[in-house]
Amino acid sequence: MQDLGVEVLSVSVDSMFVHKMWNDHELSKMVEGGIPYPMLSDQDGSIGKAYGIYDEDAGIETRGRFIIDPDGNVQGYEVLTPPVGRNVSESIRQIKAFQLVRASKGTEATPSGWQPGKAVLKPGPDLVGNVWKVWKTSEAFED
Amino acid sequence: MPKEFKAGCQRPISNNDVNLELDQKEEKEEKLNEGDEQLMSMIKVGKPAPEFTASAYIKGKFAEVSLSEYKGKWVLLCFYPGDFTFV
Repeated sequence: MQDLGVEVLSVSVDSMFVHKMWNDHELSKMVEGGIPYPMLSDQDGSIGKAYGIYDEDAGIETRGRFIIDPDGNVQGYEVLTPPVGRNVSESIRQIKAFQLVRASKGTEATPSGWQPGKAVLKPGPDLVGNVWKVWKTSEAFED
Repeated sequence: MPKEFKAGCQRPISNNDVNLELDQKEEKEEKLNEGDEQLMSMIKVGKPAPEFTASAYIKGKFAEVSLSEYKGKWVLLCFYPGDFTFV
């Protein structure tokens, strides 16, 4: 993420003191040097509510993940229930795609299944009805 | 007697509703409806991310973090159910 110029923020309803304990006693044993990004505390769930991912019944935040661009706009999100973990590679792929589109000032778009290095589309009058010539459905899947 | 349960990724949900008086129940329903409205106004892609400020633990220190400090940068904002859960 740091290589991509992306700042990670994690949020849960735990206090910052519990974050410290979790980092010191468990996470630092998984990640050398411990967690490099800010671990935010949202004890009243207000941030989670603003993002629509707070579970009132359980008093916790579900696995919501939001990609926010340099203008502060949400470009994409994903929300999972607690027992299923995220796919970090997919988040990275999406960020790379959003960065590519932004760098092209909207002149390029990434088709389904796009990965860095794969062909991009240049939307415009010439492409209407002609996507089939430049993009095959097989490209939607991983190699 | 406290009832033991197996530790999983879901936290136990209280059954407090069962003993609620009727008017309290109505109150709760009203609250739920408000919640619905909140869901309706959920995050939209391409629109501004809600601003927030929170206390945080950052590499051995405690600090306040606001989303607005990150203007000009890409941000990956990740919520999760709780510290010391398993996934």
